[in-house]
Amino acid sequence: MNVLEINNVSKRFGNLVAVRDVSLTVAPGELCAIIGPNGAGKTTFFNLISGYFPPTSGTITFDGQDITRLATHERVVRGMARTFQITEIFPELNVFENVRIAAEVASGYRLRPWINRAEAAKVHQHVEETLKLVGLETKTDRLVGELAHGDQRAAEIAMALALKPHLLLLDEPTAGMGDQETYQITRLIRRLHRDSNYTIVLIEHDMRVVFHLADRICVLDQGKMLAQGTPQEIAANEAVQAAYLGHAA
Amino acid sequence: MNAEQIRKLIILVAIWAALLLAPYWMAPLGGYTALATRVLVLGLAAMSLNFLLGFTGVLSFGHAAYFGLGAYGAGLTLKFLALSTPLALVAGMLLGGLCGAILGLLIVRRRGVYFAMVTIAFGQVFYYIAFQWSSLTGGDDGLRGFARQPIGLGLFKLDILTNADSFYYFVLFCFALAVGVMGFILRSPFGRTMIAIRENERRSRFLGIPVERHIWIAFTLSCFFMGFAGALYALVNNFADPRGLHYSQSGDFVMMAVMGGMRSFWGPLLGATVFVVLQDYLSSVTVNWMSFVGLLFVLVVLFFPRGLLGFFQRSKA
Repeated sequence: MNVLEINNVSKRFGNLVAVRDVSLTVAPGELCAIIGPNGAGKTTFFNLISGYFPPTSGTITFDGQDITRLATHERVVRGMARTFQITEIFPELNVFENVRIAAEVASGYRLRPWINRAEAAKVHQHVEETLKLVGLETKTDRLVGELAHGDQRAAEIAMALALKPHLLLLDEPTAGMGDQETYQITRLIRRLHRDSNYTIVLIEHDMRVVFHLADRICVLDQGKMLAQGTPQEIAANEAVQAAYLGHAA
Repeated sequence: MNAEQIRKLIILVAIWAALLLAPYWMAPLGGYTALATRVLVLGLAAMSLNFLLGFTGVLSFGHAAYFGLGAYGAGLTLKFLALSTPLALVAGMLLGGLCGAILGLLIVRRRGVYFAMVTIAFGQVFYYIAFQWSSLTGGDDGLRGFARQPIGLGLFKLDILTNADSFYYFVLFCFALAVGVMGFILRSPFGRTMIAIRENERRSRFLGIPVERHIWIAFTLSCFFMGFAGALYALVNNFADPRGLHYSQSGDFVMMAVMGGMRSFWGPLLGATVFVVLQDYLSSVTVNWMSFVGLLFVLVVLFFPRGLLGFFQRSKA
């Protein structure tokens, strides 16, 4: 069964059609990259998948269930986690506290007025494992707002991972990063994909990152799906070169 | 324990020692026990408001409504239902909390200014009901004709009506109970989701927290605490005043919380202390006492945006 099946979704804002009849399926363990010029509708498409707003038409199926009309938090509970182009974190809490909130929600404790020692210990362990996975284990008591940009990104990814997702949506994970930080985050995503077998959909501007990571690339242009295929196929696709790679070069 | 925890423990011990010994140290400083009682009750109200404002990050400008409802609930219970102080407290708390729960359903979808406006509007509804329904509430004159009752403790009775010190310790006990529950909730997973919502609503939503539902719960809990404080206030005065429901009273609570420091648990108690003591002292000197309190408020907001307690903590650190 596919993790994600998107059938002909469109999103209209007044007269503007931001996303037009886009379909996409994502298989378990796959890493799918969405690329496209500015204003192609990539982030809108992401917002439709994650439930930030509902599509005007079309359906979205996640793990075999229709989630087209579900609210954001209900999608999260079903195993979908995302990060944002502009990092969304809890700046005045420390790294541990940031991830602990996600871990507690994932454990179903969000309404609990107390948790016992064993439960707290389990949450603690889960948080520490997650932080280790993203390489923040030495910075647990630093305030997230005071971390370097790359580490803030890693913290946001850690929060998403702590939710134990079946699908990870990453919106421009390397946006605004220098080479060194880009390299670190790329390596992290590669590890999550190859070693931990996460299913990932990401939006990315940096073509080096995309071609390095992706199993499959989807090209959006003016709200439409222009092409999909392996990195080799996309690199050879003339329509893509005309619409996108041509501009970039 | 690290230095930070030790410092917190010392502050905690100092606060409770000061509260426990208040009747002894206040008199030599020119205060009196009843003033300390007022500080506790209004401090509890400010802390209840801050449970929502400081820890969930939504500003209610109509919380006096639930405070006033608590007062009327307690007063009406003592006057018409039963001569029992504990029952009056429970009734006041329930009246404030349940009204908050119902109205909260309508309020929590709004944000920012709209949230504040809707809370004011609902608050004023209760003010006008209390003001107009004279046969039940005493209208503009307020609800009179009831008094707090001695508490039976098996072998002996605690005279809280005429003995100011006994009443102070009774209120302190109630205060400790409420504040204990508040602190407990804030340290729980649920409390942490409140702080998450305050810090970043969008992130909270994308962590799987149904934000509106959690704000509603926080709002309702805060109204229960507020109703409890209001019920205590009716016992303090043996009187319930419609002005206790008015939005200007809500404004006073916001002022106490902000002045004391809304990011800290104890800040609003400090704010309430400053407010109540200044009011007591200045109102015997000038009718324009509010100008001075207002001036202090402006200075605090301008120069110590984290409130008085935030300022003290920072200068120590």
